[in-house]
Amino acid sequence: MKKMLILSTALVATGFAASAQEVVVVSWGGAYEASQVEAYNKPFTEKTGIKVTMVAADNPASPLKAQVEAGNVTADVFDIEVSDAIRLCDEGALVEIDPAILPPAPDGTPAIDDFVDGALRDCAVANIVWGTVIAYDTTKFPNGQPMTAADFFDLEGFPGKRGLPKNAKRTLYLALIADGVPAAEIYDVLGTDEGVARAFAKLDTIKDSVVWWEAGAQPPQLLADGEVTMSTVYNGRIFDAIVAEGKPFDIVWDGQYMDLDMFAIPKNSPNPEAAMEYLKFATDTERLAGQASYISYGPARKSSAALVGKYKDGVTDMAPHMPTNPENMQNAVLDDPEFWADHDVELNELFNAWLAG
Amino acid sequence: MTDVSASILTTADGKPLKAALAASQARARRKAFMLVAPLFLFVVITFVIPIGQMLFQSVYNDTFSATAPALRQWFDENPPGTEPDEAAYAALVSDLRLMREERSAGAAGTRINYDISGTRSMFTGMARKADKLEPPYKEAVLAEDKKWDNPDVWRAMRSASSPFTIDFYLAALDMTRDETGSIVGVKEGQAVYKMLFGRTLFLSALITVMCMALAFPIAHMLATLPMAKSNLLMILVLLPFWTSLLVRTTSWMVLLQSQGVVNDFLVWAGIVGDDGRIQMMYNQIGTVVAMTHILLPFMVLPLYSVMRTIPPSYVRAARSLGATSWTAFRRIYLPQTLPGIGAGALLVFILAVGYYITPALVGGADGQLISNLIAFHMQKSLNWSLAAALAALLLGGILILYWLYDRLVGIDNMKLG
Repeated sequence: MKKMLILSTALVATGFAASAQEVVVVSWGGAYEASQVEAYNKPFTEKTGIKVTMVAADNPASPLKAQVEAGNVTADVFDIEVSDAIRLCDEGALVEIDPAILPPAPDGTPAIDDFVDGALRDCAVANIVWGTVIAYDTTKFPNGQPMTAADFFDLEGFPGKRGLPKNAKRTLYLALIADGVPAAEIYDVLGTDEGVARAFAKLDTIKDSVVWWEAGAQPPQLLADGEVTMSTVYNGRIFDAIVAEGKPFDIVWDGQYMDLDMFAIPKNSPNPEAAMEYLKFATDTERLAGQASYISYGPARKSSAALVGKYKDGVTDMAPHMPTNPENMQNAVLDDPEFWADHDVELNELFNAWLAG
Repeated sequence: MTDVSASILTTADGKPLKAALAASQARARRKAFMLVAPLFLFVVITFVIPIGQMLFQSVYNDTFSATAPALRQWFDENPPGTEPDEAAYAALVSDLRLMREERSAGAAGTRINYDISGTRSMFTGMARKADKLEPPYKEAVLAEDKKWDNPDVWRAMRSASSPFTIDFYLAALDMTRDETGSIVGVKEGQAVYKMLFGRTLFLSALITVMCMALAFPIAHMLATLPMAKSNLLMILVLLPFWTSLLVRTTSWMVLLQSQGVVNDFLVWAGIVGDDGRIQMMYNQIGTVVAMTHILLPFMVLPLYSVMRTIPPSYVRAARSLGATSWTAFRRIYLPQTLPGIGAGALLVFILAVGYYITPALVGGADGQLISNLIAFHMQKSLNWSLAAALAALLLGGILILYWLYDRLVGIDNMKLG
């Protein structure tokens, strides 16, 4: 009896400690999540003693909305896209974050000047810059490798299936780039009915050869299975497949789509203070630079760039693999969250109709 | 004179018998109710209330109306078609200030954006500036953003200013409202739901027929073989039934994909060339094959249970009276299996109509069902009202089919096991 009492007291005590000393972070899974565990979570737990639990989601904004809507928020920090961060902030689902509380750069530059443009929002702080790029299997094209986005749509020159994500945002821009629209004019063209029709007309040319993917972990797998010969893919994931797993893949940087990922804290999260500590810690100069040793996503702080060194294997230089590398940015489309907040619904409706028809 | 009280039967303690009987019956009813109460409460709390709430969202969306009281009042006072005047713009600005305060401009704008794309930023942008606007408001607002002049926006706001709406049902049936407010079909190229409802019904019917064709001989064999052998076969039917749905679906992906086992074999055997691999996955073929396999046990089991009860002597009698084996099957055996066929078909069809994960994984583009679009609106576009409207239409359609089945076959004729 006495033993049981001690045991149950111990259980209650650890249960209490766990709930008080834990941050639950919802992120995107795969190699990306692994890099966050190494670069943010482990040093954070070491420094503060607060345990960090990772939860994977296809898009963390969906569980965030569902949890807030249901009034039962079970996670503290969400890793979400900019457009979702703005929308959810507008809807009052997120805690506002004052940039003044974020740690300054090592040279004393305040955070507000240290982050890249658009990285600090009312309710969210960016951690990485990432690119959606075209990747291909080098063994499938022995007579010349694809070089441009237009090659992605050239089924005769580069035979085989194509992998594309099942949404409007990351397919229409690629069709327009391949059709000869300069990256800077993408949103002007996509804002018109003719531009949308033009994008779908271009997609029509490869529609029968497309394998549609939904989770970021799928395209490297589709390439590895030989199910597709070329696919768009998040650049960090494919870097992982190429460098860490030694797969014979390569990247076409032409027409990459650059995006920010942000940390946000929902209202009424279980541990708001620990969550804010985690957010401040994870987005400091050293941590953001540290993450680049595990995955090829660019740090959202300018001061981190100088600290980016080699991959965890100690050989591979990370700089050329970054989406922010000037050479990789020559024809890059920058994400426009305002455009997508307005047009996401309509363009996805058209996309679904096009896909089903 | 007869004594009235003497004619009433009473119990030993003097109560009228009728009342005592009623009291004891009520007690029994109460007891019975108490026994089912936990289940009843469970069903109400976990099933009826959430589903009811969800379906309610298909006709009720107050994200705009709740934060636009002044506009709502202006719309009430002025008939449709009134040119928005200074009072209207004053109401708009007052509501935008309220939205700014409550951080609800995004949600309100999203509601209007469902109707008119590109309007969400008008709300969030103007709400940010609302505090600085000075009268006359009409000029002030239009000076900031000319798009507020658009009569479509005002019509959409009028429609959204009442929380009760059938607009989501219109959208779910590929319809919308034109300039005059009358109901018209959406532009070509935007219509998707009616086609998907049709495809869902067609593919579900196809899967049901295929299950029936495959399950009938299996069930017959199970029912007629000696016990020892039929038990072994039964395990083979049940084993996939007990295996996880995801495992079975991904197994089909391994088998049927273009670099998969089946295609590799065909190439090895020289039936197709290496560049002519057959596309059997990520399209309708994938959806039909995988779902037929997954739903097969739901057809086999009711058929088996009915067939086992059919005495073999009936068919033998028919044969001895001169019927051919085909006639004996058609006139004697088949009619007796109808309750099983009915139960299996209804079960498979209803499960197929609502199937989500298998078409999502193996359906590619043209193998998607309506449930995948419902999931899209639940998880991606976050337009829960439209998802609820689509789900309600699907539910209504199934109830109609069930009613038809009841009228044609009779629900009492069904045997589930």
